[in-house]
Amino acid sequence: MSNATSAHSVVEPSATTKRIAGIIVVLYAIVTMVPLAWIFMTSFKSPPDSISYPPKLVFTPTLEGYCNLFTTRTRQTPEYIQSLGPPQSTCDEITRSRNMVIAGPSNYWPRFTNSMVIAFGSTFLAVFLGTLAAYGFSRFRVPLADDLLFFILSTRMMPPIAVAIPIYLMYRELGLSDTALGMILLYTAVNVSLAVWLLKGFIDEIPREYEEAAMIDGYTRLQAFRKVVLPQATTGIAATAIFCLIFAWNEYAFAVLLTSGSAQTAPPFIPTIIGEGGMDWPAVAAGTTIFLVPILVFTILLRKQLLRGITFGAVRK
Amino acid sequence: MAEIRVENLRKQFGDFAAVEDSTFTVNDGEFLALLGPSGCGKTTTLRMIAGLELPTSGRILLGGEDVTFNRASARDIAFVFQLFALYPHMNVRRNIGFPLLSQGVPKAEIKTRVEETARLLQIGHILDRSVSGLAGGDRQRVALGRAIVRRPKCFLMDEPLGTLDAEFREVMVHELRELHNRIHATTVYVTHDQHEAMAMADKIAVMNHGVIEQYGTPQEIYARPASMYVADFIGSPPMNFLRFHSGLETGATSVTVGEVAVRVPQVHAVREPGELALGVRPEHVRFSDAAPLRGSVYGSEYLGTNQIVSVETAQGLVKARVPAEQSFAIGENVGLELDHDRLSLFDCASGKAVPSSLTAEARHG
Repeated sequence: MSNATSAHSVVEPSATTKRIAGIIVVLYAIVTMVPLAWIFMTSFKSPPDSISYPPKLVFTPTLEGYCNLFTTRTRQTPEYIQSLGPPQSTCDEITRSRNMVIAGPSNYWPRFTNSMVIAFGSTFLAVFLGTLAAYGFSRFRVPLADDLLFFILSTRMMPPIAVAIPIYLMYRELGLSDTALGMILLYTAVNVSLAVWLLKGFIDEIPREYEEAAMIDGYTRLQAFRKVVLPQATTGIAATAIFCLIFAWNEYAFAVLLTSGSAQTAPPFIPTIIGEGGMDWPAVAAGTTIFLVPILVFTILLRKQLLRGITFGAVRK
Repeated sequence: MAEIRVENLRKQFGDFAAVEDSTFTVNDGEFLALLGPSGCGKTTTLRMIAGLELPTSGRILLGGEDVTFNRASARDIAFVFQLFALYPHMNVRRNIGFPLLSQGVPKAEIKTRVEETARLLQIGHILDRSVSGLAGGDRQRVALGRAIVRRPKCFLMDEPLGTLDAEFREVMVHELRELHNRIHATTVYVTHDQHEAMAMADKIAVMNHGVIEQYGTPQEIYARPASMYVADFIGSPPMNFLRFHSGLETGATSVTVGEVAVRVPQVHAVREPGELALGVRPEHVRFSDAAPLRGSVYGSEYLGTNQIVSVETAQGLVKARVPAEQSFAIGENVGLELDHDRLSLFDCASGKAVPSSLTAEARHG
């Protein structure tokens, strides 16, 4: 690096290469950010602004989308609204300006909570089971290990919709349809294959000598696993957890089929907003924006591990 | 500290016998080197003593107690790995204290014992450093510290110097032996390096293809190799073999190599006529114009204090270690005189040494 002017390094990319690479990355980032920015902006637009053509880049921001997202409203006569006295909140005021009053909270929060419980619950289970299974496959002579690993992976080979009907029927028989437990089990089953495969790679990279040393130092295998293997697998576990969480959080096909009421998650709920009183795009955009927050926070918290996880093979042990 | 007894130990991996019928005893406080090429079963033997591998058959006794099928954690032994296996997520202090933690030793005592150990190994100044930044020698010392901190029954070491560079290895060989002299821990040390084994060990077991070819002091193994394999593996350059065809009678004191009669230590066995080999160490060959055993100089290797001269004879190449001042012309015809009382005789078919007054010394001495 320091001798860039006098010597030409073989492995270090040149300044021009770096600049070009940087430009490509920035362009790609902009392209992928456009839909997100669009949704974020739409969530602060008024309904007329949201459907205006050409799209407005400059507009007066309003919380109407968020108010509509969290409430159900009924249309009233202006006289009735007049008789109500001063508005209780900003949302109250916005709603009244549209000749409506707030009737009660919407189902968004319960659905969002369902998503949190189901996504984090299934991620925890998938990573927990995946770590143990991956450790077993990595360290012990499991009979037919390769075939078992293939079977585990094969659960991800078909599109969810192909197995949706049998699962729907099974769940109805078992009383698992429209329950959080049912969804957690289902997402765990789907994610555990990913978790086993990813984590096996990470655990294979951890030399066995560490556990052997710990066992000689007087620990049982389980203690050695907990005190020596786990701390070194955190990178892999974090990376795996993010992938599992993203899947469970965004999953739509199973959710729309198997949940309709109390266990419904946010992805199938958000489109239903469209049906209630016209095309309420700002409310949909607001729902989507809030929906993005947990995954964003989780990813930012674990981004160091994620980066190290993805480049794992490149890091010298 | 305790004695280690290994009885008829055997380990089979599928069709492959990694260790066959090993029997040996390491006395309390003794330093044994398991020496052999890679794949000879020395590491497998060590891992079975440690409990990291279970034997197919046989017994292992530690201090008289049968531990053959005990867990590694229940054996109270310490193991130094080739790549040290220092826990990367702990600093030096926690690495060394880790075995004590499993025994439920109180925190304050762990602290004193870790510091005591660090002082012994002169690594007190790096106790709070992370292990990932340490140089090879310091890693080695930390690994040793982790082994000695809990005063185990015995130490097992699997080529602990294998990854160090040559210069540093000599320093560590010296340090390890010093350490052994101070704490007198029963030690089994696996290595493929004969110099390490010779320099450190009280006893050496030379292994080949899962079998212990010879078990004895470094002196015995060097002077009275039990087989052609051992003779060839130990010493650099290794023992010379002069191959000839003959039979042997009990009490014979000379053999005919080619046309020449060579005096040998008195033979204590009978051999039907067959391929035999006369083994002679390079330092037991001298040049003498009058000697009947002749050859022509093939080349020489200057080593400073002495030189290795290769001589082509009718029975094969003979290397002689002679003073550095002597000079030879390539192709010069020379006579070779052998130290007759230091010669070994081998049966080429079995590769084993033929019993003689030389090998008898080994049994009685």
